[in-house]
Amino acid sequence: MNWDLVTYSFVVGVLASAVRWATPILFAALGEVFTERSGILNLGLEGIMLMGALSGFVGAYNTGSLWAGVLVAAATGMVMGLLMAFVSVTAKANQVVAGLGITILGGGLSTLLFRLFFGLRSKPPTIKTFGTEPIPLLSEIPVLGRMFFSHNVMVYLAFVLVGVGWFVLYRTRYGLALRAVGERPEAVDTRGLNVTRLRYSALMIGGAMAGIGGAYLPLANLGLFWTQMTAGRGFIAVAVVVFSRWDPVRALVGALVFGGAAALQTALQTLEAPIPSELLLMMPYIVTIIVLVGVSRRAEFPSAFAVPYSRGEG
Amino acid sequence: MKHTIHKLLAACLAVALIATGSALVPSAQAQDDYSVALIIAQGGLGDRSYNDSAFAGLTLAAAELDVNVVPIESSDPVGEAEQLLRTAAESGFDLVITLEFSHIEPLGRIAPDYPDTLFAIVNAIVEQPNVVSIMFDEHTGSYLAGALSALVTTAPDLDQVNPEAVIGAIGGVASSGIDVFLYGYLQGACDINPDIQVLLAYANDFGDPTKGREMALAMYEQNADVVFQVAGGTGAGVIEAAKDENFFAIGVDSDQDYLAPGNVLTSMLKRVDVAVYDTIERAASGELEGGTVLQYGLEEDGVGLTEMTYTRHIIPSEFVDQVDELRTQIEDGELEVIDIRVLEAEQFAIVSENPTCAGLEELRAALAE
Repeated sequence: MNWDLVTYSFVVGVLASAVRWATPILFAALGEVFTERSGILNLGLEGIMLMGALSGFVGAYNTGSLWAGVLVAAATGMVMGLLMAFVSVTAKANQVVAGLGITILGGGLSTLLFRLFFGLRSKPPTIKTFGTEPIPLLSEIPVLGRMFFSHNVMVYLAFVLVGVGWFVLYRTRYGLALRAVGERPEAVDTRGLNVTRLRYSALMIGGAMAGIGGAYLPLANLGLFWTQMTAGRGFIAVAVVVFSRWDPVRALVGALVFGGAAALQTALQTLEAPIPSELLLMMPYIVTIIVLVGVSRRAEFPSAFAVPYSRGEG
Repeated sequence: MKHTIHKLLAACLAVALIATGSALVPSAQAQDDYSVALIIAQGGLGDRSYNDSAFAGLTLAAAELDVNVVPIESSDPVGEAEQLLRTAAESGFDLVITLEFSHIEPLGRIAPDYPDTLFAIVNAIVEQPNVVSIMFDEHTGSYLAGALSALVTTAPDLDQVNPEAVIGAIGGVASSGIDVFLYGYLQGACDINPDIQVLLAYANDFGDPTKGREMALAMYEQNADVVFQVAGGTGAGVIEAAKDENFFAIGVDSDQDYLAPGNVLTSMLKRVDVAVYDTIERAASGELEGGTVLQYGLEEDGVGLTEMTYTRHIIPSEFVDQVDELRTQIEDGELEVIDIRVLEAEQFAIVSENPTCAGLEELRAALAE
């Protein structure tokens, strides 16, 4: 192992990298917290993220505005969420199958649409990404400054949404109704609230957030769209939600744990650590599994989790 | 209710299947023209790299020669290997070229069933009387890239580099097909500067540019200022990182210099287009016998560096001359570059367990014995 390379700047670089890794997963996980709290499992996140990446890129490319791209991605994610809602809430289909169907659909459709919009050309279409915008004063703090406060604006947006998500979930009537509908939908129904509408709304929030998370990759990170570029991040987000025990703040922690493991394995490989690269590459996933096993004993799924609600059948 | 669910699910699946696009294999047109099918490898068309390069050769052949050409794409060229090869052969194509390295076993198995069809496989050798194998000297081209990197990384007065003699290379997966590039690169770098540090890492992914970007940034934090990418779509992120932080990336397979002008030092060309065109031309004119191994090296322009349109004027001209000199030496046989694919497992382990200039010296000593 080459310790000479482990400098202050290198270590802080790894920490900053962890935050960049975590951000797209965090967006999707925050939305999924809402979806799962309402009692629906959405395994379609991966496909929705891909559609978000595609539509966000196309939106930004055609309008020249990155924020327009973010909005288009959120809207596309919402439509995908609606589709999932129709299949899982209205048609009461098996949510695992429906979610995987959405993932397959998103993967294929995004590739097809990209080909339709841009054709096969040798020069890839590119856009200018959100640049790094260090926050004055805060970014001067040693270690933490570069880790959290020297990023692009979408990273900050994700952190802000953690707070917003927490507030909505625990401090508003809507949040209360949403948590109740995941536990006892029949009680919510007898109180005169619309179970179907609540679950539709939760899936639309989840879809919009996954869409934004997907759009992070082309808009804030790469400036280009790549087929299947989410590379499993949607599924990691689902795991992070279980880790978080359906809490926005713990979802932030979970995303950072995964991001940290991913960033660390890259660093260890280049440091020539005496560990086979195959093992290092598995590290983020092994960490995820270990953490999941650790918390899942304490994890209490919403009582009505993944159970379609039919009036009078409970 | 149950019925509705089933119908909906079926509809969902149908849409998903159409969208992901199972391979639709068109039949060879019923004309007298020579017909060629090209089976696209993992990564698909639009990878701006290996597949696109082969497709360019196919397109050129269609325009210049009297041949009908059809590219065949599949969402899963590895899993569907046998069906793809059989369908292409049964559709009546005269020549079926597969770009997918993993078809080595299925092709060897099914080729005898279609004695009238000529097959060709890229990057692998299949010993059958009706199969042509197309191989490249990736190690010699990568050697030149390594030598150029080692010269450039300590060049004074270049914004893109720091004074440290540290460079890097990122591979898609640890496999002989990728390692042949990486260890060619290492040899070129060490021959220029035996004290150089070459950081090697694998992404384990050919389609995750975000990961490629993070890996390149991690190397940059360790003072690597030239990073060679051999990782398909993952490599696109390496080039983006070089552009964002203003260091050098080196492209692979296709000429990727234009992707970030001034930040892609050069690209290690693997002229799959040349090989595909050449193979079609020779096969169509009846000159090509099955069982042949076609070797594309520096001399055949099968591998090599680009013209460096955007970087030639910013780096010292003696570097370019020095690399040209090395190229001549390799072509003349004065300089031998180790092709790790021909090494025994324990020989390769000497350098793969210690991927440094010292490890390379050990390997050379072992081979000299």
